[in-house]
Amino acid sequence: MWDSIKEFAADFFVTGDPLIYGADVSIALVSIAIVFVLTYFKKWKWLWREWLTTVDHKKIGIMYLIASLLMLFRGGVDAILMRMQLALPDVEFLQADHYNAIFTTHGTIMILFMAMPMMFALFNMVVPLQIGARDVAFPFLNALSFWMFLFGAMLLNISFVIGGSPDAGWLSYPPLSELSGSPGRGQDFYIWGIQISGIGSLATGINFIVTILKMRAPGMKLMKMPLFSWSVLSASITILFAFPILTVTLALLFLDRYFGAHFFTLDGGGMSMLYVNLIWMWGHPEVYIVVLPAFGIFSEIVATFSRKTVFGYNSMVFAMMVISVLSFFTWVHHFYTMGSSADVNAFFAITTMAISIPTGVKIFNWLFTMYRGRIKFDLPMLWTMGFIPCFLVGGATGVMLAVAPANFQYHNSYFLVAHFHQVLIGGVVFGYLAGIYYWWPKLFGFKLDEKRGRWGFWFWNIGFYLCFFPQYFLGLDGMTRRVYTYGWDRGWAALNFASTAGAFLMGVGFIFQVWQIAYSVRKGERDKTGDIWNGRTLEWSIPSPPPVYNFARVPQVQHVDDWWREKEDRENGIVRPQPELEPIHMPKNSGIPFIMSSFWFLIGFGFTFDWIWLVIIGFLGVFGSMYARSFTYDVDYYIPVDEIKKTEQKLRGATT
Amino acid sequence: MSQHSADNHSHDHGHGHHEEEAHGSIKSYTMGFILSLILTVIPMVIVFNDLMGRTGTLAVILITAVAQLFVQMWFFMHIRDEKGPRYNLMALSLGILLVITIIAGSVWIMSFNSYTQ
Repeated sequence: MWDSIKEFAADFFVTGDPLIYGADVSIALVSIAIVFVLTYFKKWKWLWREWLTTVDHKKIGIMYLIASLLMLFRGGVDAILMRMQLALPDVEFLQADHYNAIFTTHGTIMILFMAMPMMFALFNMVVPLQIGARDVAFPFLNALSFWMFLFGAMLLNISFVIGGSPDAGWLSYPPLSELSGSPGRGQDFYIWGIQISGIGSLATGINFIVTILKMRAPGMKLMKMPLFSWSVLSASITILFAFPILTVTLALLFLDRYFGAHFFTLDGGGMSMLYVNLIWMWGHPEVYIVVLPAFGIFSEIVATFSRKTVFGYNSMVFAMMVISVLSFFTWVHHFYTMGSSADVNAFFAITTMAISIPTGVKIFNWLFTMYRGRIKFDLPMLWTMGFIPCFLVGGATGVMLAVAPANFQYHNSYFLVAHFHQVLIGGVVFGYLAGIYYWWPKLFGFKLDEKRGRWGFWFWNIGFYLCFFPQYFLGLDGMTRRVYTYGWDRGWAALNFASTAGAFLMGVGFIFQVWQIAYSVRKGERDKTGDIWNGRTLEWSIPSPPPVYNFARVPQVQHVDDWWREKEDRENGIVRPQPELEPIHMPKNSGIPFIMSSFWFLIGFGFTFDWIWLVIIGFLGVFGSMYARSFTYDVDYYIPVDEIKKTEQKLRGATT
Repeated sequence: MSQHSADNHSHDHGHGHHEEEAHGSIKSYTMGFILSLILTVIPMVIVFNDLMGRTGTLAVILITAVAQLFVQMWFFMHIRDEKGPRYNLMALSLGILLVITIIAGSVWIMSFNSYTQ
């Protein structure tokens, strides 16, 4: 009996590494602390009613934000561990296999469980407010998307203490990711974690396409829509067409591993290179999915803080839509060296260079918007200013990598590592941070502290350049990615040490930001007007934080930057007519998204450990949830006029 | 506007018709379902019983698959139902463009062996 328990535990838990035992202890302590706090303050019911069952897009956005910041922390710790291992030659801090696991989870988490949810956080927090809607088109589906993401992410995250981490790289190329190369559980955690959260991502894409096409306030023609909403539309269209490719590719890999199929194996007629081809058909659009909303954020921020309408609105829209389509035509530049014909490489080199044109157009438009504007350097604008040079250099090295013959020199070297970190951190992370600083007062009702934010900004930026510029030169000196150690004879020590120092500076920047949030919760400047930045778009016309129904009256839109024009009109004494209040139709909360997603978690866990009974329980639960939802008719309610009046009076004072 | 969104969840076969868009009838769904089944069974029978040669089998699988794609769009996805801005048509055109890119592109990319060997 005791022996069999021991045997089971040795297989179930990851053992052998003191770092892992430390993690075990801290996870146990944090879990106990959370349960204790919730019980002590009698918050379980509150948690369930206000958060776990909510279908309110604002609360879902906040939950996405919290999850993504936690994932940023986890991915960041992975990064710091790798940089510590590489700081000097012959360091014996991480073993080779532990290093493999860490770079795999770092990549997977940062793209799929940090960048994606932070993007969805901004979608949810902003889009309905910006287009004058009271929620997204499908609020229930929205909640389901969030919980599918969260449970998928948790499935991948527990792998480092239970069952073993995936360690075949963030895109898990076969044959290494096949059973022959990765017989452990980690690869199955990877497949199911991504599949489950992928369903959520796809549903979110659909949800926001419908929301933007169908639920804009009356008068807001597509070409009068704020640019952030445009960027969400273009990113969602890209999600809609790209994510099914990922799902199918990973499903084929699962069939290979679980049922002994031969899609990507080396024997039995399989072709492992087809996986590389397929996964990048998703992978390349994916990087544009995450960067397009950042472009939208910068467009809003540059216009607001320069106090000018954005330069070249039409070309901005056109550029984003072109990027969203062209992003499907460049995937081969990730594997020029695979040995396709010269024609193939030439074609994809040209498409890759072509996509830099609309991106360049956008950069110029931002610069022209700032030109002769009265620029205010608040935190959102500061991050935008940090973004432009950083992304420009990242884009330029991208064009260098796009040159197919030269790419054979850079391929899989630290030059590439430096390039994609520069566009992903400089573009995506800086963009999302700018967006969080910009819309934070709207969602929470207070501003994030300026002083600590500026410390954070400079630590991040100086750290960034110190971390990644040396990596370009390391790449040119022949250092390839994913090496876990190197000798003194290589001559890479000094540059690597500088790079590690930079990584620590970025870590300090992150700590400043956490401090900034903690400080601002108590002492941040309170937003009493709802329009703390003197904004231009509809979200600034309502109180901060917005009431549950967002808009007491559905706004009637006349112009681009409608709220700005309305404020101008008011100064000239023109007041727009206010229609009578009407009862507001709202969706009811539901626990089904949470329950159904937790059953999906069981399915993923069951497949990973080959426990068919658990898989069956999971599927029964999923179908039960779908059945229950199908026959629930009590899904909506009306907020009566009296209550709206009371809420509005409380939020706006006696004026309305 | 949000009334629309909440309604989308609640209405079901029973009371789906009071809105402007009809969402198909039991008859059309059943027909679509049966046609899909038939189009799935045909290639399965052929594969399991080795009724045709390699080329013939591949051709049948491809043809029935594409046919089923159209059946599903016709009967389940309400491709005919739209009024106003032709979003369905636009989405479908983009989808077809991307599917062709993916298939033709993959064939082109993965044919490198024929050049080198």
